Amino acid sequence: MIDLQQIHKTFGAFTALDHVSLSIPRGRMVALLGPSGSGKTTLLRIIAGLEHADGGIIRLDGQDATDLSARDRRIGFVFQHYALFRHMTVADNVAFGLKVRPRDSRPSKDEIRERVSTLLKLVHLDGLAGRYPTQLSGGQRQRVALARALAVEPRLLLLDEPFGALDAQVRKDLRRWMRRLHDDMGLTSVFVTHDQEEALELADDVVVMSHGRIEQIGTPADIYDNPATPFVYQFLGNATRLAATVQGGTAHLNGWQIPATAPDGAAVAFIRPHDWTLEDAAAGANATLRHASVLGSSLRLDVTLEDGQDIEVDIRRDAGQAVPAAGSALRLTPNRVAVFPATA
Amino acid sequence: MSKRSLRDHSATRLSLVALTVVIVLLFLLLPLAQVLQQAFAKGPAVFWHSLQGEDPLAAIRLTLLVAAISVPLNLVFGLAASWAITKFDFPGKSLLVSLIDLPFSVSPVISGLIYVLLFGAHGFLGPWLIEHNLKIIFAVPGIVLATVFVTFPFVARELIPLMEEQGREEEEAALVLGASGWRTFWSVTLPNVKWALLYGVLLCNARAMGEFGAVSVVSGHVRGLTNTMPLHVEILYNEYDFVGAFAVASVLALLALVTLGIKSAVEWWHRDELAATRRH
Repeated sequence: MIDLQQIHKTFGAFTALDHVSLSIPRGRMVALLGPSGSGKTTLLRIIAGLEHADGGIIRLDGQDATDLSARDRRIGFVFQHYALFRHMTVADNVAFGLKVRPRDSRPSKDEIRERVSTLLKLVHLDGLAGRYPTQLSGGQRQRVALARALAVEPRLLLLDEPFGALDAQVRKDLRRWMRRLHDDMGLTSVFVTHDQEEALELADDVVVMSHGRIEQIGTPADIYDNPATPFVYQFLGNATRLAATVQGGTAHLNGWQIPATAPDGAAVAFIRPHDWTLEDAAAGANATLRHASVLGSSLRLDVTLEDGQDIEVDIRRDAGQAVPAAGSALRLTPNRVAVFPATA
Repeated sequence: MSKRSLRDHSATRLSLVALTVVIVLLFLLLPLAQVLQQAFAKGPAVFWHSLQGEDPLAAIRLTLLVAAISVPLNLVFGLAASWAITKFDFPGKSLLVSLIDLPFSVSPVISGLIYVLLFGAHGFLGPWLIEHNLKIIFAVPGIVLATVFVTFPFVARELIPLMEEQGREEEEAALVLGASGWRTFWSVTLPNVKWALLYGVLLCNARAMGEFGAVSVVSGHVRGLTNTMPLHVEILYNEYDFVGAFAVASVLALLALVTLGIKSAVEWWHRDELAATRRH
């Protein structure tokens, strides 16, 4: 169990982390998701002890670790560019964490060799023990870095943009493999990413960060279904942002009246493309189709609302169904709308 | 690529190679051959004889002694400075970086004069030194100090760009894996820079043995006592003892070749590791 309370960190005039509190239960895989400069990597480095927080408390398994050196935290860290020891072979890289232990807790040479070979098998690199890091591909290097971090049996595994430097196909395969490894070994892991798809696919919990603050913490389903702030909506993408006006608990948008908790005045509304219902235009059209395209089993409609705002609409399409012509009048009703005050 | 452009390429390559060979012959090998030719102008017996005296031997001994003291000192200073500059942040860092370059930007003669002004009989610390019967200027300590100063940047200048480029991540990785700072230095930082360090030490050594200007100012040219090889060469040359001058000069050149030879040998022994770790 990792517990962070009110972690604060500034670099000169820049506030990297603004009183961040976060709790990570054992066995979970947590994603720190945010754009660059949101403080996610700084938070990861503070947990590892590579950076010292200006304020706040870090507890590892109930023990106060705020002033504990990175050496003594027993945390595995996989660096974005792996940071493999370039002058050591793969086997020596993996063995490093065991070899540097104080004499009384250091395993014997045979035990170390045994452990290294088990770990290399685990990451499917058994044949490459004698290679140097420069002789490996990106995916192989990443797995060496992982094996090296796991060799010390860390209570927590931290990964900084673990798939960032890999090409698309390798990234996909490694992601799945990493998730299986996490489950099989019963690890507790935190990884940093700016890729929302990666976070939603891989993590048990997603922590969305922006400007040094946590915007939302939740399961991938939570985060996708109920984004807590306009930022989360925009960062996850796949939502149209529309201007609306709130009056007495009701948002007015293109003639629709939507219940809203936002205060009176200008507001922004977010609607996902698949949260629309297409009705019979005979009941009164409220939008015009600009362009329609077939995306496999769905139909993507580029639509201009009566009030002039452009939206995207995805609707299910049955085989053989006619594609509506550009310029036709439509009647649309939003199913789910999130309304926020316009200033946020 | 067409045949034509291939031919153009090989023509370019050939002329570049030819140019390099000519330059090496003209400016490196020819002077070296000339030194040897002059040294043996009156036969090997005279050459041998002119190295036998008290003074040439004392000059060789002194030069080796000065190099033996100043090179290890600058190895440690240079390594420590580069480590501090590239792996840590502290106030005054850019000032330290410019200070390291100072010996390169100041004329060696000026460096020598500064030591005279500081430690000489009429210098700032002169009276105190005389009182305590310590001799620095016109003695071996002064020569060592001047040499250390002049050769200070070589190791640091080799290491800083490389360590800058390597960054701090490997050290951080070692730390997270539980290594102490000392252990990290010996098993991560040092092995990563050992070739640059070797190269810096060789340059430092070459300059330490060959330094003329600064040493000339502080030495006082006392034969058999404070004459290094370059100073001795000059004295002999000014006395029209060309064989003697070139004999000592050829020994100095030989020492340089020996250092180069050691470097090549070390690289050859570690050729596999070099090939594996240098490829990117």
